[in-house]
Amino acid sequence: MTAQPQEKLVISGLHAAVEGQEILKGVDLEIGRGEIHALMGPNGSGKSTLGYCIMGHPSYEVTAGSIELVEADGTRHDLLAMEPDQRARAGVFLAFQRPMSIPGVRLADFLRHAVTNVRNPERKEGQELMPMRDFRSELKAKMADLSIDTEFARRYVNDGFSGGEMKRAEILQLAMLRPKFAILDETDSGLDADAVRLASQSIARIGGAEMGILIITHHEQLLEHNIPLRTHVMLGGRIVESGGPELAAELHKRGYERIRAAYPEAAAAEQSMQDALGSETAQPVTA
Amino acid sequence: MATGFNQSAIDSSTIAIGTGDAIGEINKYDFRTDSPAVFKARRGIDADIVSQISEMKREPAWMRDFRLKSLEIFNSKPMPHWGGDIAVDFQDIFYYLKPAEQQGKTWEEVPDAIKKTFDRLGIPEAERKFLSGVKAQFESEVVYGSLQEDLSKQGVIFTDTDTAVREHPDLLREYFGRIIPPTDNKFAALNSAVWSGGSFIYVPKGVKIEFPLQAYFRINAESMGQFERTLIIVDEGAQVHYVEGCTAPMYSTESLHSAVVEIVVKKHGRCRYTTIQNWANNIYNLVTKRAMAYEGAMMEWIDGNLGSHLTMKYPAVYMMEPGARGEILSIAFASAGQHQDAGAKLVHAAPNTSGRIVSKSISKNGGRASYRGLVRVEPGARKSRSSVVCDALILDDKSRSDTYPYIEIEEQDVSIGHEASVSKIGEEQLFYLTSRGLTEAEASTMIVGGFIEPLVKELPMEYAVEMNRLIELQMEGSVG
Repeated sequence: MTAQPQEKLVISGLHAAVEGQEILKGVDLEIGRGEIHALMGPNGSGKSTLGYCIMGHPSYEVTAGSIELVEADGTRHDLLAMEPDQRARAGVFLAFQRPMSIPGVRLADFLRHAVTNVRNPERKEGQELMPMRDFRSELKAKMADLSIDTEFARRYVNDGFSGGEMKRAEILQLAMLRPKFAILDETDSGLDADAVRLASQSIARIGGAEMGILIITHHEQLLEHNIPLRTHVMLGGRIVESGGPELAAELHKRGYERIRAAYPEAAAAEQSMQDALGSETAQPVTA
Repeated sequence: MATGFNQSAIDSSTIAIGTGDAIGEINKYDFRTDSPAVFKARRGIDADIVSQISEMKREPAWMRDFRLKSLEIFNSKPMPHWGGDIAVDFQDIFYYLKPAEQQGKTWEEVPDAIKKTFDRLGIPEAERKFLSGVKAQFESEVVYGSLQEDLSKQGVIFTDTDTAVREHPDLLREYFGRIIPPTDNKFAALNSAVWSGGSFIYVPKGVKIEFPLQAYFRINAESMGQFERTLIIVDEGAQVHYVEGCTAPMYSTESLHSAVVEIVVKKHGRCRYTTIQNWANNIYNLVTKRAMAYEGAMMEWIDGNLGSHLTMKYPAVYMMEPGARGEILSIAFASAGQHQDAGAKLVHAAPNTSGRIVSKSISKNGGRASYRGLVRVEPGARKSRSSVVCDALILDDKSRSDTYPYIEIEEQDVSIGHEASVSKIGEEQLFYLTSRGLTEAEASTMIVGGFIEPLVKELPMEYAVEMNRLIELQMEGSVG
């Protein structure tokens, strides 16, 4: 709601399919830097798919529409033309609902590469990494900030992590990579109430005025410290309703019955998608 | 310096993708030295050549006879009918090339061109920093040798095998050709006939050598055969870590490397033998390695196989007395035009012996990596335990991985486990890493580095760095 023109992530008329099955059926969404949006909706409505499409997952085929970064002066950058690593360097981040484990690769080593690339978008393969000393001191500070034990950095990426540890590792990466736009895909799932509170406080602190955040969630708790500027409800592959924080509160209390009743077409689409996929989400591959 | 020895301990776990001029380092091993031979036998193999080698070396009659008998065995044995396709014309190879008049005790005594070769490979620098002793073999002969003075004072012998024939004949004859007789296989017979160079090590009772002894084997000439012969004797309660490195420049014709390595580890002794080979892609690398471990002794093979056109190598531990232990960790990397047929062999010949095989293979760009292993439990080897884990990582659809695990158990009261896995680099793993800003090539290299990490961390830091660097070079340009 700032009057100043600001950098935006703009999604228009987005259609996307996985394995020939259309999941997204025309999504429109605009997120400015410094804004917090919540994306809610029942399982299988296409929320995670939207996150994957923004980040460029190779299994998701965008069949129509656009995803762009629009600078304050109006310059447009087509995300769909970029590989996932280029999108990361352009300032986009996706916190995974189920992060992959990479056995044998230490979190700190991976993160040092990632940070180096993201902060120097022009870096070529083989060029120097961020100096170890600088990286370590920054990592240490961030870990202290998030109450994460420093031993954590020496462990293999997500290998043998508990659900909570994985989510904290994702938040740590968010804090280190400092993207312009972050999509947090159910960063609260699998966490107990205390952990959710901690996560939401951390995200609020990391986000600040510089980051645009899209929080994908079933729950209201994660939103506690990140009062969403806008709440969007996804059903059957479309955003059917948007509102303020009160909408999140309503959905949390009453569920999606009113929404389904109000948008019968989307509810029907949801039903047919569920039948086709026969699973709770639209993820094509499981770990 | 190209060897990366100056990395800090912190970096040892890091796959430092292309720090420095990685492109230049692709050619680090692929350079030729213009070094005129002191003597070069004609091409091919027959009794005259074998006798000539023996004469050049002024060997005693028993060794000449051993060679000639081995030649007969070589001629009578068929090619192995399994493993890889060995398209070697034995009459087209040079079997003996003497590169220098004598062995140097200092690098200054080594002919300049050869010294430069080893300088480029970083050997003198490594020697100064962390080695107890070095042998450098160029073509057929060891051209440089050193051993720390305090070790020789304690009775440690580290010399080339030719010198050992002259200076330690009794000790050598007790074991030479007895752990791997010429009749073992065609290439053991070939080595026995034309062997030259290699290391002879004796570690006396109770002597524990803290820093590694290293040998470096360099083939420089075209169509060259290198046939070093190594014998290591670790006496009771003694300990040694021996490391070998091997490289050669790229030629259009094939070269042959066929070594024999025999090891005895006596009661409560420990021996670790680490190989990091990075042969050029035209080398046939057909090597026989075997260790006998006695009561409570520990033998470890750490075997890193990169490069070569075809490698067939299965380091073995025979556990001869109760409590003996054998461990074999093997890494194989096969790229375009390469077949790594690598593996391990554990023989439980006594009760309460325990063994472990961990094999990791990576194949890319049409390369083929095979694990071939044998675990054998002899009758009476009660309460023996063995475990085999082999994991294969395939980087693309053109590449291939095979597993040939053989298990022979002739005793009831034993515990033998075998696990195998084959995986492809997952699209989901790649997406995860690239979504955080790594290029696809960086992400693949990182996943491969992680895959072999459990073995690399067993290496001393300097070799871990070198191994990671070699893997990185293999990975370059692999995604496209």
